[in-house]
Amino acid sequence: MRKAFGATQALRNVDLSVGPGEIHALIGENGAGKSTLMKVLSGAHPPDGGRIELDGEPFRVSNPAESREAGIAMIYQELNLAPHLSVEENMVLGREPSRWGWIDRKRRRAMASQALKQLDYSRLALDTPVNLLTIAEQQIVEIARALLFDPKVLILDEPTSSLTQVDTQRLFEALGRLRDRGVSIVYISHFLEECQRLCDRFTVLRDGESVGAGDLKATPLPEIIRMMVGREVSEIYPRAIRELGEVVLELRDLAGVEKPSSASLSLRRGEVMGIAGLVGAGRTEMLRACFGLDSRRRGEIWIRSRRCHRNRPSDLWGRGVGLLAENRKEEGLLLQRSLADNLMLSRFGPVSRAGFVRRREQGVQAARLMERLRIRARSPWQPVGELSGGNQQKAFLGRLIHHGADILLLDEPTRGIDVGSKAEIYRLINELAGQGSAVLFVSSYLPELLGVCDTIAVMSRGVLGAKRPVAEWTEHAIIEAAVGKGNG
Amino acid sequence: MTDANPKPGSRWSASRLLTIAGPFLGLLFVTALFGLSEDLRPVFYTGASWKNILTQTVIVAVGALGMTLIIVSGGIDLSVGSVVALCSVVGARLLEHKAPASVTILATLLVGGCVGLINGAVIAGFRMLPFVVTLGMMGIARGAAKWLADNQTVNFEGDSIVVTLMERVRPDSFLPLPPGVWLAVGLTFCVAVILRSSVFGRHVFAIGSNEATARLCGIPVRARKVMVYGVAGLFFGLSGLLQLSRLTQGDPSVAAGLELDIIAAVVIGGASLNGGTGSVMGSVIGALIMAVLRSGSSQMNWPNYVQEIIIGIVIILAVGLDRLRQSRAS
Repeated sequence: MRKAFGATQALRNVDLSVGPGEIHALIGENGAGKSTLMKVLSGAHPPDGGRIELDGEPFRVSNPAESREAGIAMIYQELNLAPHLSVEENMVLGREPSRWGWIDRKRRRAMASQALKQLDYSRLALDTPVNLLTIAEQQIVEIARALLFDPKVLILDEPTSSLTQVDTQRLFEALGRLRDRGVSIVYISHFLEECQRLCDRFTVLRDGESVGAGDLKATPLPEIIRMMVGREVSEIYPRAIRELGEVVLELRDLAGVEKPSSASLSLRRGEVMGIAGLVGAGRTEMLRACFGLDSRRRGEIWIRSRRCHRNRPSDLWGRGVGLLAENRKEEGLLLQRSLADNLMLSRFGPVSRAGFVRRREQGVQAARLMERLRIRARSPWQPVGELSGGNQQKAFLGRLIHHGADILLLDEPTRGIDVGSKAEIYRLINELAGQGSAVLFVSSYLPELLGVCDTIAVMSRGVLGAKRPVAEWTEHAIIEAAVGKGNG
Repeated sequence: MTDANPKPGSRWSASRLLTIAGPFLGLLFVTALFGLSEDLRPVFYTGASWKNILTQTVIVAVGALGMTLIIVSGGIDLSVGSVVALCSVVGARLLEHKAPASVTILATLLVGGCVGLINGAVIAGFRMLPFVVTLGMMGIARGAAKWLADNQTVNFEGDSIVVTLMERVRPDSFLPLPPGVWLAVGLTFCVAVILRSSVFGRHVFAIGSNEATARLCGIPVRARKVMVYGVAGLFFGLSGLLQLSRLTQGDPSVAAGLELDIIAAVVIGGASLNGGTGSVMGSVIGALIMAVLRSGSSQMNWPNYVQEIIIGIVIILAVGLDRLRQSRAS
């Protein structure tokens, strides 16, 4: 099987070939052309040149339905399920087996259970509404739905971005079984470690071109990263030696309504403190309770040695604390509004006079921030929703910088963004800490915690452990502490 | 490499221009449409005819100012018609008892403002859906108006300044326009500037666009909502005063369904009922489009039901075009 493309606007010269029974990793930064490639394969966009072959035959499709008939199945990053319908209803959606217009329930059940069996997920109850399932199970339903078409090629776009590690492992096992049955799988992901565990070969896309391909197990990671970003990995985690100052933020036995059950920490000027832990351990809830977004059951918050009795978001902003929430699209940004408005939202003071915003001044200051954070946008007035994920995240971080916050609570600041943007966010964190800011850095990605932080503490089942200098931690020790086996 | 410098031209991209000019073009189109009729042309394009149209628009337009604030903030207010009736009855009762004009005006506005504050406080305080709360208020205010008016129209003697607000001196010429029209024009500019350029306006847009973000950024969301409904209530009170001036009596059953006209005006003007978008100018032009259609249709001697059908089509068309434009832009 071989596919080759010529020029479309976002794709210039892509060679990709996937053999039967192979899991092929498609790697690239955001905007490298991965989603365009998917659109071409699904028939939503015709290729301008080049050719696609499936089983040696030329492959021409003009719409998604034809592509599906030809044996190509797509699993998109966002789940496409009807939440109130049951597992089996979702699986046959749009192609319900019927007799004289009435649903053939027996056949539907047989089709659904057969597909789930292929994934070894027979234990899923077929009549459960999918909104009662975990995200991982919903993902499985979606893959099982694709299997009903008996696909030759299965393409998955970032399927694990919202999965826990256990669920990811399950998904990988299911994909492994499909491979053994001879299905070709194209696996698109940011997580290189994950690709290494799962995939056989890889192709790297950069700026719409395939810049490298090879055997994943035989290629060292830094080499792949270099292909992706075009530079060395050592430049990704810059770390300066910093003097730590006085304690600026202290949490004493903070407890939220459900989580965390107990969190105590002290953060010093110039310190970047990492918070590791499993998804659902209560790290996000700790930041939200501290920031007054969720109510807290007990505990004290001390900022610069003064107790903070009322902790509404406005009180904390007023004391120089800023929160970068974990979900920039749902909570972080006003997607329809301009970049400039998003940057200034917590503090219009510096760009307004007598309650009126001075547009010119706002533009000038926004442009200055764009330059400092290297946000790529047409102008400060471009709606922030039109920017790429990495640029959106930088805009979100830019708000904290504009506000002048020097105690930064960052919740998964690099989630779902490309390696280049990640490197710039690390650079910014490093720069801000160097200027005396204190940073609380929550992340599930251990290499970045170990690469960026001065100290790390691990949260396990709602309890925050003691912090230790980064040199005393290894990935292994962090995972042990996170699952609650170690003494951390 | 980094395209950080704002290009001055990009502020006025084609799509942005279309957003601003869209309602204007709609108004021109509708106006030109009635020019196709040979019989109508000499009567329709006259000062007297336009004076009539503007005077008819004022009540809806002033209401649309308040409604734009509410809709941009992500809310809705269904109680407007009832509030207008209540305010006009309050004003008429006061004039009946020989209250001075200043007291009447103030009291009418305050009643509107208070109803708005109650709406806002319930919506923000109990986190209830604006649709439900204002639906309830629609009944309450209408009931209160009928109660206060003993279920009949309230007439008053003498000519107060209140009555002259909508008085059409010299109906044959364009000028002088009734003071109410000038008032509406002035308020339109004020509210437009406030919504576009004030920090309060940015907050209103932020709340309508994404309430969670507004909260995260420390914007006092609840207080702003109460304020939005309160300020809007003042405008609805003013609408009531103008209604009173036009009828020269207080009628508790007046303005039934006015809220739907007002919402239609705001939506034709480019606002989304999901909140976060909308413009004051657009809303007022939306109100004008409907008034032009009404006036033109009645001068064509079309029956009432034709007008209703046409306006219905225009609402759907306006929103449909807007969607089309947005989907093309993205």
